[in-house]
Amino acid sequence: MSQYRLDYLDQLESESIHIMREVAGQFERPALLFSGGKDSITLVHLALKAFRPGKFPFPLVHIDTGHNFPEALAFRDMLAEQIGEKLIVRKVADTIKAKGLTEPKGKFASRNALQTFTLLDTIEEFEFDACIGGARRDEEKARAKERIFSVRDEFGQWDPKRQRPELWNIYNGKISKGENVRVFPISNWTELDIWNYIRREKIALPSIYFSHEREVLEYEGQLVATSEFIQLEPTDSVVTKTVRYRTVGDMTCTAAVESVATNIDDIIREITATKTSERGETRIDDKVSEAAMEDRKKNGYF
Amino acid sequence: MDLLRFITAGSVDDGKSTLIGRLLYDSKSILIDQLEAIEKQSKNKEDGEIDLALLTDGLRAEREQGITIDVAYKYFSTPSRKFIIADAPGHIQYTRNMVTGASNSDLIIILVDARSGVVEQTRRHSIIASLLGLPHVVVAINKMDLVEYSQDVYNNIVIDYANMAKSLGLKEVTYIPISALKGDNIVEKAATTPWYEGEALLSILEKVQVQQDIDLEHARFPVQYVIRPQTEELHDYRGYAGKLHSGIYKKGDAVTVLPSGVTSTITAIELNGKEVEEAFAPQSVILHLADDVDISRGDVIVKSNDQPNVAQELEVLLCWMDTKPLAAGKKYLLQLNSTVVKSVVKELQYKVDVNTLEQHASPEQAVLNDIVKATIKVARPVAFDAYKKLRTSGGAILIDETSHVTVGACMIQ
Ligand SMILES: Nc1nc2c(ncn2[C@@H]2O[C@H](COP(=O)(O)OP(=O)(O)O)[C@@H](O)[C@H]2O)c(=O)[nH]1
Repeated sequence: MSQYRLDYLDQLESESIHIMREVAGQFERPALLFSGGKDSITLVHLALKAFRPGKFPFPLVHIDTGHNFPEALAFRDMLAEQIGEKLIVRKVADTIKAKGLTEPKGKFASRNALQTFTLLDTIEEFEFDACIGGARRDEEKARAKERIFSVRDEFGQWDPKRQRPELWNIYNGKISKGENVRVFPISNWTELDIWNYIRREKIALPSIYFSHEREVLEYEGQLVATSEFIQLEPTDSVVTKTVRYRTVGDMTCTAAVESVATNIDDIIREITATKTSERGETRIDDKVSEAAMEDRKKNGYF
Repeated sequence: MDLLRFITAGSVDDGKSTLIGRLLYDSKSILIDQLEAIEKQSKNKEDGEIDLALLTDGLRAEREQGITIDVAYKYFSTPSRKFIIADAPGHIQYTRNMVTGASNSDLIIILVDARSGVVEQTRRHSIIASLLGLPHVVVAINKMDLVEYSQDVYNNIVIDYANMAKSLGLKEVTYIPISALKGDNIVEKAATTPWYEGEALLSILEKVQVQQDIDLEHARFPVQYVIRPQTEELHDYRGYAGKLHSGIYKKGDAVTVLPSGVTSTITAIELNGKEVEEAFAPQSVILHLADDVDISRGDVIVKSNDQPNVAQELEVLLCWMDTKPLAAGKKYLLQLNSTVVKSVVKELQYKVDVNTLEQHASPEQAVLNDIVKATIKVARPVAFDAYKKLRTSGGAILIDETSHVTVGACMIQ
C-alpha cells in the first residue's frame, strides 16, 4: 500500500489547506494578513492551492508600519498583482496621526507595538470576522499554546485561560458580534519545514532572504541594517557585511545574519547547522522580557 | 519522511516535562538562545544541571504556579520522522486537556514513576486513551535511577499495567524502562538496564507504524467549500473542495451525497491544480461530479457501495468541557467536521468513572471533566460512523449557542 503514503510536507500542506477552506466555509468576511515575509508568502501559496481556479474568498491585508524593507514591499505589490488578488494596505503612520499616538523613541524606535492599533482599526473598518496569519507554534512559547482558531474579543485580546478546546480536525469558528478569530494554518510547521516546502514548491521570495552586501550597525552582537529609521551615534560601528535575513519584520527590529547563502539549498544547510532560533537570532523585540510575546498577544497582537 | 503526532501523559512530577525536554535536547532541537534562557532560570537549582523541564513551561501563570495548565505543542524531527508532541497536563481537573491532546494523536506515552507503579492517574490516562481510540500506547517507566534500575520493579509494573490494558482493550502496548533525568534509554540504549531487550524510546517512536492507522477502506469526503469561479471561460466550473478524511476516490467512482442520498459519478479529481486519476486520505482535493446536484458545505460525498450511518439520534460518549454543567434537555450546536446542526441532549444514561470505568446510572448532570453516555437528537439527519470504526467521522463537538464556546467532545457509538 506504499503508493498511498504521504510525505510529511504533503500532510502539513493538506492540513493547512483544510484550515484555509474552513475559514472560507465558516466566515463571511475573512482576510489574509500579508507581510511580505516567507511565512505569509507560504500562506498565499497554500491559498492558491486551496481555492484556484476560483478567486480567494478574502483580500490580502498588509499593516504597513512604514519601517518595512523596500524589497519586501516591492515583492508584496508584485505578488498581489501577479496572482490578481485584492491587496489592502493600511499604514501605521496614518493611525498615529489620526489617533494622536506617541511615536516610540530611542535608538531602534519600533512601531511594532503600534501596529496593533492599525490592525484593530482595519478589522473594524472592514468588519473582518477572521484574519489568517502566518504564525507558527515553534516560534515562541506563548504561541505553542495558541489554538489554530484563536478567538479574540473586541479589543483583539487573547485570553489564554479562555481558549476553546480544539479537537480532531474540527474548528469552531462561531463568534459573537465584535469578536473575531485569528487563524493560523501553519501552526504545526517549523522554520525548517517552511524552508523545505519553499524549496520543493519553488516559491519565490524577496531578495533580502538571500545573501547580499549591506551596510549594518553592529549592536550587542546583532547586525541591524542602517536606515533612516534608526539613529546612529558617532561611536556606533557601522560596517558592510554579507548578510541575509531569516525573518522579515521592521527594519528597526529585525537583525540580519552573516551568510553567504545565495540559494535555498544553502539556506537550509545553514539553518540545519545553526544553533540559534529564528526569533532569538533576528528579533530584537522579543528580548525585552521572558513573556514579551505573551503580553503583546494579550493586547491584540498576532 | 513522515509524521507522528503523540501525546504525553503522567501524574504531576512523574517527569513528563523532563522527558519532553530530554527528547528535544538530545535530538538537538533546542537552540542556543532557548538553552541560555533556561540556564538562567535553572540557576537556583543546586546541582548545576540544567532543568530540562523548563523548556516546556509556557505561559506566565504556569511558570508562576510551576505547573502546566494548557496543552502545548512541541516539534522535533529526526531524519526519518517529524514529531508533533501534544504536551497535556496530568492533573485530575485537566481530563479536558488530555482529551483534546489525545484527539489528534496517533500514540500516547504514559509515564509511570517506578517508585509508585501503576496509580489511579495511570489508570485514568489509560482509560482516556482507550476511549479516544489511540492506536499505540508506550508505557515509559521513569525514574529507574531511583530504584537502582531494578528489573524486578520494572517487571512488576509491566505485569500490573498489562492486566489493566487487557481489561481496557488497549491493543498495542510497548513498555520501556527510562530515566528522563539521566537520559537512559531515551535516544540510545543505556548500559544501566542490560536486561532490557527492547529499543530506546526514540527508536520506538521512529519505527511505530502509523500509516496503517489511516483508514483507506471507507471513503469519506465532507464538503468544506464550493468553488465556482463564474468567469467566462470557467462558466460551468463547479468543484467541491474538501479533505479526504478516509479512503480512496477514483475518477468514475459511483458516489452518494449525504444526507440527501442523491447519487452521481466522479468525473474529475483535482489535486493542487492538476487532474489526477485518484486521491487518498488525508489529501485535500477538489471533486467534480457528473450531475448538477445541489451540494453545499456540510454534505458528505461517499462511495455508493460503502455508506456511513445517517440518523437523527446519536448515542455518544461525551466528555464535558465547560464550567457550566450539562443537564438533559439543553440545546447546543453539534459540529461534525463541516456539518453544524442544532441538537438537544435528550438523556444522560450513565456517567463513567474515569478511574475505574464503573458506570453510575442516570446522573442528574455532567460537570467539567465528566464523561457520560448520552443520547443526542439533532435537528436534521447527519452522516457519521461509529468512532470506534472511523475516528475521523465519529468525533463531534458541542458548541454553546450563546457563548459559542466548545463545551463537549462526543464520540459517537
Ligand atoms: N531521579 C530522577 N528524577 C527525575 C526523573 N525524571 C524527572 N525527575 C525529576 O522529577 C521532578 C518532576 O519532573 P517534571 O519533569 O517536572 O515532572 P512533570 O510534572 O511530570 O512534568 C523533577 O525534579 C525532575 O528533575 C528521572 O528519571 N530520575
